[in-house]
Amino acid sequence: MTTAYAPPEVAPAPLLPGLRFELVKLLSPWRVRLLLLACLVAPAAFVAVVSAQTSLPTDTVFGRWMHATGFAGSLVVLAFACSWGLPLLTSLVAGDVFAAEDRLGTWRHLLVAVRSPRRIFAAKALAALSVVVLLVVAIGLSSVLGGVLTVGAHPLVGLDGHTLGAGEAARTVLLAWLCVLPPTLALAAVGLLGSVVLGRSPMGLLLPAVLALTMNLVLLLPVPVPLRLALPSNAFLAWRGLFTEPAHTGPLLLGTAVSLFWAVLATALAYVLFLRRDFTDLAYDGAGRRAIAAAALPLAGLAGIGALAIGVLTPASGTGIEKAKVEASLATAYGHLYRLQAAQLHRPAVTEAQLAASADCDKGGTRVVDRGPGHDWRCVVSWHLPGTSAVGTAIYQLDVTAEGRYVADGDGPKEVNGNFWVRTPSGDAPNPLWQLDGYVDLLDD
Amino acid sequence: MEPAARARGIIKTYGDVVALDGVDLDIGAGQVHGLVGPNGAGKTTLLGLLLGLATADTGTLEVLAPPVAGFVDGPGLYPTLTARQNLAALAALHREPTAGVDEALAEVGLTDVAGDRVRGFSLGMRQRLGLAAALLTRPRLLVLDEPANGLDPAGKRHVHRVIARLAADGVGVVLSSHRMDDLAELCSEVTLLCAGRVVFSGPVAKLAAEAGELGYGVLTSDEARAVAVASGTTGLRVAGTDPLVVRGPADALDDLVVRLVHAGVALRELAPVVSPLEAAFLALTGAEEAS
Ligand SMILES: Nc1ncnc2c1ncn2[C@@H]1O[C@H](COP(=O)(O)OP(=O)(O)OP(=O)(O)O)[C@@H](O)[C@H]1O
Ligand SMILES: [Mg+2]
Repeated sequence: MTTAYAPPEVAPAPLLPGLRFELVKLLSPWRVRLLLLACLVAPAAFVAVVSAQTSLPTDTVFGRWMHATGFAGSLVVLAFACSWGLPLLTSLVAGDVFAAEDRLGTWRHLLVAVRSPRRIFAAKALAALSVVVLLVVAIGLSSVLGGVLTVGAHPLVGLDGHTLGAGEAARTVLLAWLCVLPPTLALAAVGLLGSVVLGRSPMGLLLPAVLALTMNLVLLLPVPVPLRLALPSNAFLAWRGLFTEPAHTGPLLLGTAVSLFWAVLATALAYVLFLRRDFTDLAYDGAGRRAIAAAALPLAGLAGIGALAIGVLTPASGTGIEKAKVEASLATAYGHLYRLQAAQLHRPAVTEAQLAASADCDKGGTRVVDRGPGHDWRCVVSWHLPGTSAVGTAIYQLDVTAEGRYVADGDGPKEVNGNFWVRTPSGDAPNPLWQLDGYVDLLDD
Repeated sequence: MEPAARARGIIKTYGDVVALDGVDLDIGAGQVHGLVGPNGAGKTTLLGLLLGLATADTGTLEVLAPPVAGFVDGPGLYPTLTARQNLAALAALHREPTAGVDEALAEVGLTDVAGDRVRGFSLGMRQRLGLAAALLTRPRLLVLDEPANGLDPAGKRHVHRVIARLAADGVGVVLSSHRMDDLAELCSEVTLLCAGRVVFSGPVAKLAAEAGELGYGVLTSDEARAVAVASGTTGLRVAGTDPLVVRGPADALDDLVVRLVHAGVALRELAPVVSPLEAAFLALTGAEEAS
């Protein structure tokens, strides 16, 4: 008789105990418990300590407002988390779920217990994604609580200078944290993929971090907007658009969609490659070069197709940073902040409409085209002095980054945008017109 | 005896390596069946097939008394979880009540360390926990790959007792081992594998008979005279001197003892150099000539 033996069809283990098992395994090492504890404590401690310092992290968005409101601290933590914190976290969690079984040599036993590789994959993927979400929620809540408890839930000045009331600020900050979940999940999915493809090798563990840092480097460069928006990391920056009025949701929605595409594709690839492996082979050490190509090429393809689609379907082109956009953004921010300054100096109230601020910008003198990121933007802001027919002018030096965020540095006249202190309800603060953060929507026409 | 599992003409290859080459195996319910063989003989592969971890290339394999449980290549535990957590997770995956967890832990004598992380367990404790894990599903066929590996004498006796009790309850047990003395103590039947083929299958007593002529070590009060006496004994070959090793039928050995005493040489010990089972193992697997 030469019939091949097939094991009797057995019902796979139920999904819920499988998921619980994976969660218990994921959360049982000290490394992960410490990580969770750190995510709960460190952000609150950071916000509390830094907010009490005299020098604030003004290089980071909202850093200059940390004295004024607890929400700013949370957003500084968010910005840090987006640039390296979350990639590292996802690496440590998602990058290890599959590789851990390789390390322990437990695949065969898990297979005997669960009786279905599909169920194993589903439980592991769900467990990893839930732990990653849990960590993000922990960091978000910790930073908000730390800020609100030590500095207070005061109004927040947005990236166009308009003031968000405490309630609106709280809602928008929570929404911003929510918006980094999709790109985090995309990285986690890449982590799963690396864990499946690269097995025990440390590269598998570090894949999300390496990918995220590479993408961050790309995003620092003045790459064409469609390519920039096609990278899931862009969604780590796009939440800034929530803090203007009206909100710039274009890049944010695109970033969310791109991230979800990445998350789904990377998970699907991991699934296919996972089901193909031979669990009886103890010497298995990663799926080999062909599988690495099978994992990397579709993702690169997704980035390429995404960039093409965005290029065709949206008005995005070039670096997205144009003279007119910078001028409009700065004029708006100036108007809002002038009003704030008037209130802080107890001057008669003015409205943005009365001021009718406008800006005239130039990049790098007459020989350079006025577009693209750089620290050589120079703008002259004009506005109508309230109660007179006179027109005031003020000069700003702008450092515009490739992502569309800029810092405007007041260059006179001194009594308008110089470095002096004003008295505010939450203590002395620098003149709001001295240095200000702004945001240019790369997708805008 | 009722059969618990039956294999016929199993062939399993990994690329160019033929791990199993036409293996027949019968395991009866209530029987402890030993699987022996040199490294790479295919023991783990065969046990893995029984557990459903892989499929044979050709041949038939029937598990007639399900459910089957057990482990190959170590007990497969998670070091960061406690003993109880490890078992509770497995029980949940098998839809078994968690009450069975403490029962299984007690069965293998690990109740005291149930709340400790497996990371700190000795090899023997892990083996016992692996056995407890296999007991959770109350299997009718138990498959154990080197279950006595790393056990101290007390632990080994404990495990042997558990296995013997299971067999008495009608569970078919198939286990592999490198130690012939363990198998002799525990198994009613053994199958000897060599390079993927069955070179012997049957009762342990019959295996001992395959040993052929054994070498006996002779310890006396006067080595030199003993060698001389042995050389002069008909039917006896001197296989080595210092210490003296002789080979021959039983009556020749008797003759040697009588002649030693007559020659005024005191006999201190006369014992096989290797046990009969080991000798059979070496003879059947061809390892004797190699070494
Ligand atoms: N997954 C695998 N891939 C390739 N070859 C394998 C695989 N599993 C087993 N083999 C080969 O099959 C043969 C039998 O291996 P097996 O592990 O069954 O031997 P064993 O009798 O259990 O040995 P040991 O006493 O060392 O545990 C060996 O030559 C081994 O190299
Ligand atoms: Mg083996």
